[in-house]
Formats: sequence, structure tokens, C-alpha cells
Amino acid sequence: MSTEIDPLSLASFAAVGIAAGLVGCFAVARRMALAADALSHVALPGIGIAIAFHIHPLVGAVAMLVFGALLVWALEEATRASTETVIGVVFSAALAAGTLLTSGSDLVDALFGHPGAPAGIEAGVALVAAAAIVAFVITSRHRLVVALVSPDLARTSGIDVRRLNLVFLQVFALTIALGLRYLGVLLMGSLLIIPAATAKRLSVGLGSMLVISAAVAVTCGLGGAALAAWRHTEPGPVVVLLAAGIFAASLLRRERGK
Amino acid sequence: MPPPVSSAASMLDVSHLTVRFGDLVAVRDLTFSAAVGASVAVIGPNGSGKTALFRALIGAVPSEGRISWAPGARLGYVPQKLDLQRDVPVTGIDFLRARTALLRQTDADRDEALSLTGLSLDVCRRPIGTLSGGQFQRLLITFALIGRPNVLLLDEPTTGVDQSGQEHLNALVRRLQRERDLTVLLISHDLSVVYRYATMVVCLGGSHVTVGPPSDVLTDAAIREAYGTEVAFHAHEH
Repeated sequence: MSTEIDPLSLASFAAVGIAAGLVGCFAVARRMALAADALSHVALPGIGIAIAFHIHPLVGAVAMLVFGALLVWALEEATRASTETVIGVVFSAALAAGTLLTSGSDLVDALFGHPGAPAGIEAGVALVAAAAIVAFVITSRHRLVVALVSPDLARTSGIDVRRLNLVFLQVFALTIALGLRYLGVLLMGSLLIIPAATAKRLSVGLGSMLVISAAVAVTCGLGGAALAAWRHTEPGPVVVLLAAGIFAASLLRRERGK
Repeated sequence: MPPPVSSAASMLDVSHLTVRFGDLVAVRDLTFSAAVGASVAVIGPNGSGKTALFRALIGAVPSEGRISWAPGARLGYVPQKLDLQRDVPVTGIDFLRARTALLRQTDADRDEALSLTGLSLDVCRRPIGTLSGGQFQRLLITFALIGRPNVLLLDEPTTGVDQSGQEHLNALVRRLQRERDLTVLLISHDLSVVYRYATMVVCLGGSHVTVGPPSDVLTDAAIREAYGTEVAFHAHEH
């Protein structure tokens, strides 16, 4: 395993961190913490099918995640159940199906992230997609805030709430897809949720929460990748443990502040 | 039931409106019109479909029949209560800034709305889940007033608000009606206030809907029919 990481890879790592940190804030505020984990499992059957057909695994993962998010949205609309309920009911099976479809080292990579840093086109695509996600959150933050407080108030503010929910779920799924290469199916949900949960404890308003969450996610992503390269291990578990450590530290700080 | 009145001065025409939730009919075959500047009070016992009617009027729930707002209608909606988590990471400033940005208004518009409701910026800097009932209600009204709406839909706006807060709100609504020709639709359980301020009453509940001026609708017999019991109120003349 190489310990060399090129600047494009570093930039893509940081960009994915920023995207995950920002999207995670609204996911946490919308009580989608469990959804982040469960939805990421949907990628696994897609990875298995893509490998079977000799396609890039991420193509299969993205296709399944986009389909999964669409399914969640449609079920929410049809049943009026909460996102967590719908995802909890439907998508645990995806992990089982994906495990049957994927095997050996491919399965380990899919579950925990691929060792080493992405480069070239893969890093470039991640950078562009992450930039698009960041742009969405920044330009849609006001709509997301009002819809979070009250869908009815959002409607009287000219917001198409159904469409906003669909787009947010797709952006959420795309963010998970971006991180799969680094953290894998089992761990990517935590990069969305832990930095945002940490930021929620340390901030008062939404603006500071977004900034802190993105900063924590980037710190964990880059710091975890560097530590993993130094220790010659997969980056996923290191990134998540680092994030969990920062969250634990935020608990201590809050206690002292009381 | 009379047919809907359609005139150039009509802000809202509702014709044969029915709202269903599965097998439950929340509002059945309701027809009424609201003139520009009118005060329409919607009354009825709990579960009679008052909030369902408002949610249909803002397009939040599907309905049958026809709802026609006048061109240029700008709605401000104050819901009865919100199922809000206490730790939601949004301050009052975040919330008002979002409305201001979405309606392409300025901070001056927001400050004007704040001065009308008497809510301070200091209170708005706190997370909205930590505001008292009265403060949160003022925040919702401030939110509704940004963008200078010409229609206000108020769903039991004085629930959980103290006496002085209720009087402030009643005075504010009357002032806005005088100054801006505001059309007000108000859900209220306070029949004394309804009798005093409403120009028209829509009474849901009972076997049929009653629509008309307060002196016609707020009779002992009609109230007993709608509520299933006697409801005492003070009948002030306009």
C-alpha cells in the first residue's frame, strides 16, 4: 500500500468531507441519523452487480443509491410514514442481498472502504460531485430550514416541499456514494452524522453548525487518511474513530461549560 | 346553501370543498367567499375540520371542489402549533432570514415585521425550540408578516398566549386590516372575539355547515347544533 497521496486526491478527500458535513447537518436536524446508515447499505447490491458485470463498482453503487432514495421518497409520500421507519423496514434486506452478491476482498472493500487514495479521473469526479453538493446546500439552505420547521409554512413561502424532499434525498444518497470509496458501505453513514452531531452540540444557530460540521468532517477525513497511510491500514475505521473521538471531546467540553 | 359570490372584490372563493383523509371526511361540501378586507371566522368544536380547511386553502392537503384565490394574493399563515423538536438547530434569526430570502425581502422588511409583533432580536437569537409559547407565536406571526401578505390565515393564534399578548395580537390584526386592507381568516374558540370582530362566520360541525354574518350564525340554536352543548359568549355589537 502506498503512503503517497497526490494533491488531487487530498482535494477530493476534503471536498467529500465538506459535502458530508453540510448535508449531515440537515440529515441530523431531520432525524435521519439511522437513515444514513441504512441507506448506505443499499449500495452493496449495486456494487455486487457492477462487479459481476465488470463495471466500476461505484457506478452500481450510485445507481442503487439513487433508486433507493427514490423508493424512500415514494414510500414516504404513499404511506406518510417517517423516513426512518420506511428505511428501517425496507433496506436492511439490501445488506443481506449485497453480501450474497459480493464476495471475498471485493466485499471487504465495499464494506469498509478501499485501501489507498483514489487518483486521476476518480478523484476528479468526486471533486466535481462534492462541489455540486456543496452548491446545492448553500443555495437551498433557506428552503431546507423552513421545510424543516414546518412543511406547511414552506408551502406558503412558495416552496415545492415534495420536490425539495426528493432532491434532498438524492443529494443525501449521492453524498453517501461519494464516500463509499473512502469509508465503505458500513462506515460512510457515520461521516455524515458524527461531524453534524458534534457541531450541533457546539453551535447555536444553523450557520455555525454548518461551518463546524464541515470543519470536523474535513479534519476527520484528512487526518484519518494520513493516520491510515502512516499505519498502513484502511482509512475507513480510522476516520470514523477519529470522528467519534472528537464527538466524545465535544461532550466533555459541554459538561465543563455548564 | 347560496352559490359562491364572485366579484372583483373577492379575495377567496371556495366552492363545494370537500377534504378527506382516507375514509374520514374532514370538510364536506363547503361553499363561501371572502371579500377583500373581510374578517372571516371559522368556528366549530374540536375535530370539526377547521385546521383541515386551512391546510386545504394553502394547498397542503388534497381536496375536491374549487379554491380560488384572487390574483396577487399573498398568504401569511400562522399554524396552531408545530410539532417542533426542542433541540432543532435553528434560531429565530435563521428562520426569519429564510423567509426574507425566499420572498426576496430585505432586513428592513424583517425589522418592520418584528416591530409590529414586538418581538426583540435578542429573543430571535435563541434556538426556536427554547422559546416560550408566547414568544414562538410572535415569531410565527412575524414570519407570516414578512413579504407584506394581503391575506392572513390564523389558526387559533392566541392559544398559549397570555391576556396582554392576546390583546396585542387582536389590536395588531385590526390595525393591519385598516392600514393594508388585509383579509383575515381566523380559527377561534373565543366566540366573544368572533362576535366582536368577524364580518362573516363559517361554522363547521353539527349536521351541516353554516355561513353568514355573526348575528345570523352565532345564535343559541346554531351553536348548540354545532357544538352539541351550550357555549356562553358575550355578544358585543360592532
